[in-house]
Amino acid sequence: MEVLSVSIDSVFVHKMWNDNELSKMVEGGVPFPMLSDAGGRVGKVYGVFDEDAGVENRGRFLIDPDGAVQGYEVLTPPVGRNIQETLRQIQAFQFVRKSKGKKATPSGWQPGKVSLTPGPDLVGNVWKVWKTSMAFD
Amino acid sequence: MPKEMSVGCARPTGGPVGEGAKKASSKNEKEKEKTAVQEVSPMIQIGKKVPDFTAPGYHQGKFISIQLSEYLGKWVLLCFYPGDFTFV
Repeated sequence: MEVLSVSIDSVFVHKMWNDNELSKMVEGGVPFPMLSDAGGRVGKVYGVFDEDAGVENRGRFLIDPDGAVQGYEVLTPPVGRNIQETLRQIQAFQFVRKSKGKKATPSGWQPGKVSLTPGPDLVGNVWKVWKTSMAFD
Repeated sequence: MPKEMSVGCARPTGGPVGEGAKKASSKNEKEKEKTAVQEVSPMIQIGKKVPDFTAPGYHQGKFISIQLSEYLGKWVLLCFYPGDFTFV
């Protein structure tokens, strides 16, 4: 999994933010490339650029090895993301891909929890293998 | 993969590349009309390929240039955010 971050700030500002603040939160500084999107040209194409404010919203795109987007989420600026949920989704998509699409992960799935194998035998029988409480535990 | 960039006073920029970008620069009128129509429809569709782009970046003390398609074959988490020093 590779991470790329994008904002409208210049690479010089990225360096200052990393060197003066983020490197004090994360030892060794930001481990992934911090990209600069002047004018929001990339953000516009991804539908996350706020024209009125002139900045990107908190868009998060999960892109598979074929370059296809498997999931995205966009939040307005004041609320931060949930990294645990992002990691869970990545693990779920990787699990499904490894099964070559044979498996599916029900609501609340996490590594080690029961997955589903859709097919004729499962129709109407999900209740036998999956309980609603599993969406919450 | 990412190329190191030389740095001058001009602010380096990136932008979309690939089919959409090629059409935008086409001088053919019909192509232009097509581009205008395409701009209305959302470019991100779940399960479909994302638009490629290039962008300058900062990584571990170096200024670099990155093209998203260099990451084909790997999972990528692409995160946009409002700006450096914006608290959250």
